[in-house]
Amino acid sequence: MSPKTLYDKIWDAHLAHEAEDGTCLLYIDRHLVHEVTSPQAFEGLRMAGRKVRAPEKTIAVPDHNVPTTPGREDPKNMTEDSAIQVAALDKNAKDFGIHYYPVSDVRQGIVHIVGPEQGWTLPGMTVVCGDSHTATHGAFGALAHGIGTSEVEHVLATQTLIQKKSKNMKVEITGKLRPGVTAKDITLSVIGKTGTAGGTGYVIEYCGEAIRDLSMEGRMTVCNMAIEGGARAGLIAPDEKTFEYCKGRPHAPKGAQWEAALNWWKTLYSDDDAHWDMVVTIKGEDIAPVVTWGTSPEDVLPITAKVPSPDDFEGGKIGAAQRSLEYMGLTPGTPLSDIEIDTVFIGSCTNGRIEDLRAAAEILKGKKIKEGLRAMVVPGSGLVRLQAEEEGLADIFKEAGFEWRLAGCSMCLAMNPDQLSEGERCVSTSNRNFEGRQGYKGRTHLVSPGMAAAAAITGKLTDVREMM
Amino acid sequence: MDKFETLTGIAAPMPLVNIDTDMIIPKQFLKTIKRSGLGANLFDEMRFDRQGNEVSDFVLNQAQYRETEILVAGDNFGCGSSREHAPWAIKDFGIRCVISTSFADIFYNNCFKNGILPIVLPQEQVDVLMKDAEKGSNARMTIDLEGQTVTTSDGEVFTFEVDPFKKRCLLEGLDDIGLTMEKVSAIDSFEAQASAARPWV
Ligand code: SF4
Repeated sequence: MSPKTLYDKIWDAHLAHEAEDGTCLLYIDRHLVHEVTSPQAFEGLRMAGRKVRAPEKTIAVPDHNVPTTPGREDPKNMTEDSAIQVAALDKNAKDFGIHYYPVSDVRQGIVHIVGPEQGWTLPGMTVVCGDSHTATHGAFGALAHGIGTSEVEHVLATQTLIQKKSKNMKVEITGKLRPGVTAKDITLSVIGKTGTAGGTGYVIEYCGEAIRDLSMEGRMTVCNMAIEGGARAGLIAPDEKTFEYCKGRPHAPKGAQWEAALNWWKTLYSDDDAHWDMVVTIKGEDIAPVVTWGTSPEDVLPITAKVPSPDDFEGGKIGAAQRSLEYMGLTPGTPLSDIEIDTVFIGSCTNGRIEDLRAAAEILKGKKIKEGLRAMVVPGSGLVRLQAEEEGLADIFKEAGFEWRLAGCSMCLAMNPDQLSEGERCVSTSNRNFEGRQGYKGRTHLVSPGMAAAAAITGKLTDVREMM
Repeated sequence: MDKFETLTGIAAPMPLVNIDTDMIIPKQFLKTIKRSGLGANLFDEMRFDRQGNEVSDFVLNQAQYRETEILVAGDNFGCGSSREHAPWAIKDFGIRCVISTSFADIFYNNCFKNGILPIVLPQEQVDVLMKDAEKGSNARMTIDLEGQTVTTSDGEVFTFEVDPFKKRCLLEGLDDIGLTMEKVSAIDSFEAQASAARPWV
């Protein structure tokens, strides 16, 4: 048998049909659904008189535009259009008989946090969702990617997706990370190196010692941002850590089925001599705590650097850098660590898991945030929130001056009431610093949770290593 | 789905790189449960100020670009979220074709599901088309999907690549779901075999 990559293996195991022109139907094991990208798809099904082919493999949760303040079960506390979308999801979940975690359920949260937490996401699966950050689930060695609403409808109706195979890219992070450097710094540094279009047409497999050393939470952070690198999906081969994480989750297999699953999962790795269309290697020790300065996730620099000048770029990037700097209100040559901030947001499917909250709380313990700063922690799910309360993390945040919120996407995309105002500068653990992403004319600097906590204390972009 | 065969129309230049889906249609317009009506808010934060007045120097607000049907854009167009609201807004505005050196993957796929043709060409050719687009309503480009060509207002012709399946769906206005439903027996047998091999799924 010819050697295969992990992507090849999962692909082959899910190929339901291949036409003569190479167009493939890929079978989908898990379809995650949220309120924003699904209403038109369900409407399409109704109009065509179609059913959901595999409701038992379809899981829905509202997350994008639900408020994160108490009392949100009452639709009166949502804007009218948000309430309509959430009500539509309630109804669609009921009418089509799919699994559902409503706002009132403690298990509700960001779809990419709920999936793994409940054991829906398992190694070797194909996972899709009408959301680009579906890449997150690749941390389990599942082939997971975002799809548009027409494709959501296609998967609902047929449990398959029309696909062409992507190319294989290997991103290897060798050796150990230095203290203060996290999964977020890895994933941002990779994008800084390859660019936001660098992964277009590829599925990335992340490997190397630094990746193996990461917890499952860290691996999810890395894969989450594969999409910011332009890739269709990010993957990490499953190992003992993966199996340990999955074991005992509500929807993970049990008993003999667990053993059978384990046997298969252990075959899920790229063969030694598998073919790679592109290889990127970064030394773990070369990665620093980073921060973004511009309006694209590739605009990333070590916290010890200075704001760049448009002259440092070439081609179309010169104009883009000019526009970014103007939008961000930054002057070339300013040390990044001199930039004063107004707001700190800790949360999102990139960094809203328990380990992220622990990392931030570790820095904040016994400290107060800078006076006048607005700071918010939004746990990724109701269960993360509960656990953080049990571990005493919530108290640390609250005593430091953070707001302690209910689970949801919140200020990651500001579709709910959590938004930046014009010119407000935010340090955020989310994944996108696009213009207007966190609110009209809002300014976003992407960082790791520890860096966000450090910035909350000083009121400036701060090197977390100074606080350790 | 609407067919796409040929198109002759005004092209607007948007040389900015990394035009993301948040720029194409900001999130406040995603709270709809319909596919229509989004054209009014295409590029909203670039096109209008906070009071809702048009920003006069934004390309689509200029008199000669009001009837734009083709966009010529910088690299990595459509990056960011999977929101199909982006192509819905583009289509609703009246744009049927976007030309760039590269597109983000999900956006690219989403276009085809909505009767929009995304065309990838090398930088030098996009540069020529960008110049042509700058001529505004004095210039009309022609796109021919069957022949896979773009013709500038001066008659210069560039050919582009497109996946044969996607091309056929667009030319004939085919509905993907209907096509896949024809293969239901293949899906049935795959499903039976897969659930025997991996019963825990
Ligand atoms: S947290 Fe942000 S990136 Fe993640 S699913 Fe929600 S909106 Fe998308």
